[in-house]
Amino acid sequence: MAVAAVKEKIVAQLKDLQKSESSVDPAEVITIVESVIDSIEGDLSAVGLKVYADIEALARYINTARAEIAELRPDDINSEHLPAATDELTAIVGATEQATHTIFEAVESIEALTEKMSPEVAEQISAAVISIFEACGFQDITGQRITKVVTALQQVEVKVDALLHAFGDEIKREGSPRPKEKKKTTPSGAPARPDEDLLNGPQLPEDAISQDDIDALFG
Amino acid sequence: MSSVDMSMPILIVDDYKTMLRIIRNLLKQLGFTNVDEATDGSAALQKLRDKEYSLVISDWNMEPMSGMQLLTEVRADTKLKDLPFIMITAESKTENVIAAKEAGVSNYIVKPFNAATLKTKLTAVLGNF
Repeated sequence: MAVAAVKEKIVAQLKDLQKSESSVDPAEVITIVESVIDSIEGDLSAVGLKVYADIEALARYINTARAEIAELRPDDINSEHLPAATDELTAIVGATEQATHTIFEAVESIEALTEKMSPEVAEQISAAVISIFEACGFQDITGQRITKVVTALQQVEVKVDALLHAFGDEIKREGSPRPKEKKKTTPSGAPARPDEDLLNGPQLPEDAISQDDIDALFG
Repeated sequence: MSSVDMSMPILIVDDYKTMLRIIRNLLKQLGFTNVDEATDGSAALQKLRDKEYSLVISDWNMEPMSGMQLLTEVRADTKLKDLPFIMITAESKTENVIAAKEAGVSNYIVKPFNAATLKTKLTAVLGNF
């Protein structure tokens, strides 16, 4: 192909890319870079060779980056990991708040009994009650800190979303199936934790089974 | 002898029920018995306009109206402008304290706090009790 025709074709491709309303597909960039490489004909000067090598390295870099990002499974990060982390943190706030109010109920009951106590004992109990109320302030502080972490996670979610949008569906298709995690074994090769698959940790209220349900299973 | 009316109406404002309960109980331990609650600045402002209070103890970070916005509204209201207003908040940067002071806060307590600190600040605002 004549140099002028090649140039015209590449310019047209770049213009199409510029007009595209959606995000730039790295595959299109690679195609254009490859067109530039293919168009180089004849003897190359030292500078030309350097440019050629740089362009080739750039194409390789884009390909590798795309593959690595696909391996990270960014769609999983947004659809599974981040929402799960957010839910767990929200559950922590709820559980500590509930526990704190249970402590309050108990302490207020104890405090109500001070009227029936001798003044010396009542004074000591009141001092202890004040200490408990002061200490329970942790729930407010931890609640606020965890809320900040949840907000930060939501920001990460937005960024990952932007990344997914930039690479399009291709990144989802290219990601290889997630490899199974290698389980720890004893020196004899037996599983170190045979019950590993059952270790799910505390469940969120909506996923947990109630004691009544458990009792029912025992008939 | 105490110059403070221990039955004075006090409004406490916080979006965390835990903190409302802590402040209410600590005030009770200090002898204050007439305590109302609100969970954000706008609800508090409504209560302040409906009933005469002698003191406001408010958190800062609340939705939809923050404690700072409440303070600004209070200081701009001809009927409420002289109302003692104590901020109890986790906002502990110098710039926060300065901003609150400039907005006319009577005193400022950083969370977590204890009963002794609360008593000291109440004394500074209300007088000995």
